[in-house]
Parts: sequence; structure tokens; C-alpha cells
Amino acid sequence: MNWVRKNLFSGWANTLLTVLIAVFLLKTVPALVHWAFLDAVWQPDPKACRAAHGACWGFVAEKYRFILFGTYPYEQHWRPAAAILILLVLYAFSAVRAFWSWWLALPWAAGLACIGVLMWGGVPGLPYVENELWGGLIVTLILATFGIACAFPLSILLALGRRSGLPAIQGLCVAYIELIRGVPLISVLFMASIMLPLFLPSGVSIDKLLRAQIALILFAAAYLAEVVRGGLQAIPKTQYEMADALGLSYFQKTLYVVLPQALRIAVPPLVNTFIGLFKDTSLVVIIGLFDLLATIKVSLNEPAWSGFGVEAYLFAALVYFVFCFAMSLYSRKLEQKTTYSPQS
Amino acid sequence: MKRIAYQAVAIALFAAVAWYLVANTLDNLAARNIASGFAFLRREAGFEIGESAFLAYSAADSYLRALVVGLINTFKVALAGVVLATVLGAAIGVGRLSGNYLLRTLSAAYVEFIRNVPLLVQLFFWYAVIAEALPPAREALQPLPGVFISSRGFFFPIPHFTSTGMSWDTPILEGFNFAGGAHLSPEFVTLLIGLTVYTGAFIAEIVRAGILAVGRGQVDAARALGLGPGATLRYVVLPQALRVIVPPLTSQFLNLIKNSSLAVAIGYPDLVAIVGTTINQTGQAIEGVAIIMAVYLTISLAISALMNWYNARLK
Repeated sequence: MNWVRKNLFSGWANTLLTVLIAVFLLKTVPALVHWAFLDAVWQPDPKACRAAHGACWGFVAEKYRFILFGTYPYEQHWRPAAAILILLVLYAFSAVRAFWSWWLALPWAAGLACIGVLMWGGVPGLPYVENELWGGLIVTLILATFGIACAFPLSILLALGRRSGLPAIQGLCVAYIELIRGVPLISVLFMASIMLPLFLPSGVSIDKLLRAQIALILFAAAYLAEVVRGGLQAIPKTQYEMADALGLSYFQKTLYVVLPQALRIAVPPLVNTFIGLFKDTSLVVIIGLFDLLATIKVSLNEPAWSGFGVEAYLFAALVYFVFCFAMSLYSRKLEQKTTYSPQS
Repeated sequence: MKRIAYQAVAIALFAAVAWYLVANTLDNLAARNIASGFAFLRREAGFEIGESAFLAYSAADSYLRALVVGLINTFKVALAGVVLATVLGAAIGVGRLSGNYLLRTLSAAYVEFIRNVPLLVQLFFWYAVIAEALPPAREALQPLPGVFISSRGFFFPIPHFTSTGMSWDTPILEGFNFAGGAHLSPEFVTLLIGLTVYTGAFIAEIVRAGILAVGRGQVDAARALGLGPGATLRYVVLPQALRVIVPPLTSQFLNLIKNSSLAVAIGYPDLVAIVGTTINQTGQAIEGVAIIMAVYLTISLAISALMNWYNARLK
């Protein structure tokens, strides 16, 4: 009772606000519940969908295999499914702080190699599937995961370069980071999809997926580099000085003293950057790649299911939300746990 | 000595890679018979643009003029987006700190949901809402006299000035669409709503952090002096919070402008969309991408400089 008075009805302004919001909620929520659940159609039946007043979740029920796996051969769908599972295990594994060390690179290398074999095949028992046929959620996850995994080491080099104190190297790193951060991702994707073929000697060609992947890596590296730089700057100067006093070389100092501390500090903002990059992978639909969003868009082109875009994109939003919200909760938990304050 | 050696190696490496790429590119361009340079800008564009504000444009105009129309369209949506997103973000950010439980919770839910869904998905969603949930032009909603909302976009009257005085130019239904009045296309409305809602959620967090950064003692002292909640916010909290808010707010404005390039996905003719069409028609990919990058870099640097100046003035 006390809580209600304090949080809802303290003073006339607060009471008025409560009443206004309550009226608004009473007007909208029942209608939304009717649309989304009570009057909704859950069977994959376009005719029933057109007749009903509510949402058409039958679209998702009908198309979920296509949305998840794209045009991957139907009877081979277990392979992208297994690849998704491997990725989820790797994510969970990397989230445990006890495993944070350089050794973590080993399970990642092994896992990503497994995924490559699973997806491409070409070994006994697994027929070859060219990556023109890959699609859906697995492409989104691959683009995001490989993008971050490859951009991360690159970003560390860029951040170290930016703080190296060597004018030429510093200049190159600053120019790269600021150039990429100053332009929209779509222009980097355009560059990769249209200009990359021009950069390569004639006869050498790389496919669309790899081109988009390269663009995402180059883009992600610039943003991650700034986060890593934040971590580098957060370490007290005495740590650098002590490493110098011990007579460590630059590489020993960086590898054993600076980076382990800097990266630990930088994890929460790094995770937030990962969220942004995960969301950004959706842009590949613009250059004609077949990710999660593209499979949903293509499903809507079928005449029977056209006109259910609201439901379709709500479903897309939900899938992205699950991944991003999980990362966001994790980053927040870390921030609370590691109120690690180095002595200054 | 070692320092110079490292730098020499870095520069040599960079030069080698750059030379390799440029050489390949020149070979490829020669092989494909593409003449490089910006001469194509003066040629006739030959494509129509859905909307062009302030600058008359027809398919007979040059590529350069088409690009300027695209740039104006980018500015149009970005400017409106920046204003609306700031207003929405400030309201939600203050709402998150409200003493009212309902407002606080709703604001938090809004921020959490919007920030964790890609902008492109949201744009597609709003586009679908306008196309599927709004009535056709003949059954347009009319919230105010003369204002029509339908799947064809928003129509509203504009004042029309003549020598004898002012009259209203009101949209009138003709066939399947409206004529007269002012018109906001569904693409523009989609992009504006999408950018506003998305960036608003990020601005809300910045505003909230800025207000929280003002010490609790400051608020208590202001209240003890007899200032009301509104006056406390206006004269004590905001001036101090703004110092914390302005730098991250700048980067959100820049993000909004960069994100407006997603217009190409829903068919709003912004700069990137027009350059895309130009590249398709002329094959001048390098020049096209260079134009996009140069324009956005210029905008980024200009806004950063402006905001740095403003921030320096606050201190």
C-alpha cells in the first residue's frame, strides 16, 4: 500500500500521470493482446490468415525452416543446425571468466574449423554445398562471429599502433580508424561488393559472402580498436613503468602485462560493440546477401504470404532481440561484478 | 634507430599494398573500358527521382544535379530526425528517472527493446505497418480537417500566399490518390519514424546518465532552497547535465546521419540511393563510393567541430 502511494500517487502530478498512462494502457493492451494472441492464426494456412482479424503467425510456422536455413539443401538442414549449436556452445564457453586467457583461441579455432567443414562439406558423408546456397540465421551468425573473431586481433594491433608513439604508424592507424568510423557501413559494404573485384588481379574472384565478410571485418576493427584503446588508457601508468623497470621488451610488456589487464577492463564495452555489430550484419541484405532478414523478406514475396510483413518483421525483431538482449544482460552483469578499480 | 626502422617497414608495407591495389585497379579498369574521373557527373542522368525538395529535377538533368537532390533529401530526413529524436530521447530519458512506476517501467521497456533490434528490421517493420495497416487513400484517416493519413503517405494543407492575402492549399482526393497540399511520402515517413524511434532510445540513455551524473546533493540543495521540481531541473540539473550529455549526443547525431543511408533499403532517394543508381548506370563505382565517403566524412568532421565549439562554450 505504501509502495503504491509512493510510486503511483504521490502528489497530483504523479496521480494524473498514472491515470493517463492507465487509460492509455487499457485502450491499447487489450487490442494488442487480441491481435497478437486471441484472434491470431497459428496454422500455416494463408486463407485462414486473410479471413482472421488477428496476426498471422502461420507465416512463421510455414516458413521457419527457410528463415533459419535459407536455400541450404532441405535434407541437409541438420548441418547448419549443428553449426548454430557449436556457435552457441562457443559463446557460452567464452562467457565464463575463468576461461579468459590466450588459450581460448584454441577451442575457437577448432570450433570455427568444424563449422567450415560442416557447412561446406566435401568430405566423405557430407556432400559439398557451395556458399551461394547458405542462408538464414546461420549466415547472420557466421557473419557476426567471424566478423568479430577476425576483427578483434586486428583491432588490438590498431589500438596499439595508435598509442605506439611512432608518428608514421600512429598516423596510419588514426587515419584508418577515423575514416571508417566517419562513413556509413553501407558505403563500406558497397565498396567491398563493387570495388573489391577491381582491386584484385584479373582472374581472381571472391564470392559475395566473403566480400561482405571482409567489409564487416574492416568496419568492426575500427570500432573495436577505439574500445581497446579505452582499455589501454585505463591501465595505470605504473604498470607500464614497472614492466620497463623489469627490463621487459615491448612485446613482453604488451603481451604479459598490458593486454591481459586492458582487455579485461574493456570487456563490457566490447560486448556492447559486439551487439552493435551483430545488428549491423542485417545490412548485408542491401547488397543481396541471404541472411536472416533476407530470408524473411524473400518469404514475403510469395503471393500467398504477401501482406503479412508486420508479423514477419516482428518475428525478425524477436530473433535479433533474443541474441542482443542476452549479450546486453551479460555485459551489465559483468560490469557489476568487475567493479575492478586499478590503483592509481 | 629501432623506432625509425619500424616506421620505415610500416610505410613500405602500406605503400606496397597501396601500389598493388592501385595497379590492379588500373589494369581492371582498362580491361573493362571504364574511363575514370568525374566527367560523368555532367552527363544526363536519365532517371526520375521520387521526391526532390527545394530543387527542381527531371530525368533530363545531370548526374551532379541528381546527387545534389539526394544530398538535400539526406539532410531533410536527418535534420527532422535529429530534432525529433532529441525531443523523444529527452522525454524518455527523464521518464526513466520519474517517480512514477508506470512511466519508469514503460520507458525502460522501450529503451531495452528498441536498442536490441537492428534499425533495418525496424524500418522494414514501419514500412509494412504503413503499407498494410493504414487504409488506402479513399478511406484515409482524417485526424484533423484537411489532414489525411493513408498508405500513400501523409497529406496536409499548406498556406498559400498571394498578393491579396493567404489561402490554404488543401489536399483533395482525386481517383486513387490525393492532389494538392503538402505530401510526405511513405518512404520519408518510414525513415523518419525509424530513425527517431531508434536514435531516441540511445539518446534517452545518454540523458539519463547525464542527469544521474549530477550529484544527489545538488538536487537536495535546490529543493532546500525552495525550488520546485521543474525549476530544479531547469536551473540546477540541466546546465550541469548538459556538459556530460553533449559529447555522446554528438556521436548519436552522427550515427543518425550515417544511419539515414539505410534509406536505400526502403526506396527513399537519399544520397546513397542516388549514388547506387548512378553506379549501376555508369559503372563509375570508385568515384561513386568516393563521393559517398567524402560527403559523410565532411559532415562528420563539420558536426564534430561544431559540437566541440559548443561544448567548449558550456565549460
